[in-house]
Amino acid sequence: MAKELMKGNVAIAEAAVRAGLNAYFGYPITPQTELLEYLSSRMPELGRTFLQAESELGAVNMVYGAACTGARVMSSSSSPGTSLMMEGISYIAGTELPVVIVDVMRGGPGLGNIAPAQADYNQIVHGGGHGDYHPIVLAPANIQEAIDLTYGAFDLAEKYRSLVVILADGSLGQMMEPAELPEMKPAIMRTPDWATYGSEGRKKRILSSIYLDPPEQEKTNFRLEHRWQEIKANEVQYKEYFLEDADYAVVGFGTSGRIALSAVRAARAKGIKIGLFRPVSLAPYPEKELFELSKRLKGLLVVEMNAGQMLEDVLNITRRQIPVEFYGRMGGILPMPEEIEAEIDLLVNEPTAANGHPRDRWLARFGKKN
Amino acid sequence: MQKEIIIAGFGGQGVLFAGQLLTYAAMDQGLQVTWIPSYGPEMRGGTANCTVVISDDEIGSPMVSRPSAVIAMNLPSLDKYEDKVKDGGVLVVNQSMVDREVRRSDIKVAMVPANTIAEELGDKRMTNMVLLGALLANLDILPVEAVEKALKEHLPERHHKLLTLNKEAMQRGGKYVAAAISA
Repeated sequence: MAKELMKGNVAIAEAAVRAGLNAYFGYPITPQTELLEYLSSRMPELGRTFLQAESELGAVNMVYGAACTGARVMSSSSSPGTSLMMEGISYIAGTELPVVIVDVMRGGPGLGNIAPAQADYNQIVHGGGHGDYHPIVLAPANIQEAIDLTYGAFDLAEKYRSLVVILADGSLGQMMEPAELPEMKPAIMRTPDWATYGSEGRKKRILSSIYLDPPEQEKTNFRLEHRWQEIKANEVQYKEYFLEDADYAVVGFGTSGRIALSAVRAARAKGIKIGLFRPVSLAPYPEKELFELSKRLKGLLVVEMNAGQMLEDVLNITRRQIPVEFYGRMGGILPMPEEIEAEIDLLVNEPTAANGHPRDRWLARFGKKN
Repeated sequence: MQKEIIIAGFGGQGVLFAGQLLTYAAMDQGLQVTWIPSYGPEMRGGTANCTVVISDDEIGSPMVSRPSAVIAMNLPSLDKYEDKVKDGGVLVVNQSMVDREVRRSDIKVAMVPANTIAEELGDKRMTNMVLLGALLANLDILPVEAVEKALKEHLPERHHKLLTLNKEAMQRGGKYVAAAISA
């Protein structure tokens, strides 16, 4: 199929349509609005459901209800809107429903701004809603990847009766790149043995996240944990660049990961043996792969558009066996390749003692300027 | 090979469209390309802009601090981007909207009276196409024919009556070839 030039938000929307999205419920918020706007005409055109709810709370609970019926459903939002959805997200996790949520992150905390950020990594990857649950979190770095991950997200969600979050940021939502769209599927309405689509001729089913009897709740919690083990064993995704002979590596996801690729190439051109490790699934995180990689490296640089949220995971995974440094931009500011290149130079030429925290060193270097 | 182009001006000058046209043309040539509108800190300063990166390899950053070329459609854009053009790079200036010369001598500069030319062609909206023509004449990135083809293939049918005028605008701009960089 020929490539098309698409804005990230629109590409994600069309990928969901082609994956057989049956119903979409959402509420507009920049920098995600084009996704909803596109679906507002595209879904009715195909005889499928598009509904703009009265708020994010309405949207997430409509998604919750529709998912109970076996329909392929999705919602999308951006940081503050996603925060509003957290109660519903926890209920969806507790009821074990397949739901896809797209979060196009922006600057925060609070109302923040509409510029790209990655400051909701902790919120999405490590929970956000209450209770023990694990969403699958996928972080695209370019528009083709956004399409492919969204297209596959529904199968993943249904395979594990799990929440899948596509975690993007404002720049990916707003930028255009040529990409290839997958094959069109009709609207999907499944009839799995848990779904509530009408009980004529069979015993009634009840879907709920209420287990008033604690042992019953714990049984559910164990089921979720065992399922997560299975997801961890099977669904890890990551990309590697120039790592074969690397002495150093940058770790970055999504947009900061792709920006780091430019810095890595520039450093390579100067003769520094450095590569890029870009986790695509943030949950499950490519833990084994990063740990194995770290054993043959002299140092790591973590780059994020936040104050070092994934950094903590990287420190845990690499067990503080090698020097790790951090570079982050916040508040809606994209790091530029030259800034990352300067950090690579520092990592290679002026290695610091491995004690102390990389965030403290980063703050000491950059806090002064601001 | 990688080239980065920033097109900057006031909103309404066709900045985003000129960038998209370049992006379509690069895509049709089988190249990798990214287009990103003014966003984040770039929003400030009274200019609308977009960055186009064209490469034959997977593109890393869609944003650049030192572009290979800049089209400055007005004075604030010239002030903002003159110093950012890579050494030896290209700066195309809409002479109709600035009241000064370019200060740098280590880049190729094309001063194009694009508003005047567009008005001569009978359509002020052609300003961006005149400047795009000048860019293609000075930056070895895509043949002008590729952009003409992209225009035909991606411009909505209802605007096809403007195709000839668009081509003429690019040709007029293409005559502004920058002088060699003085040593």
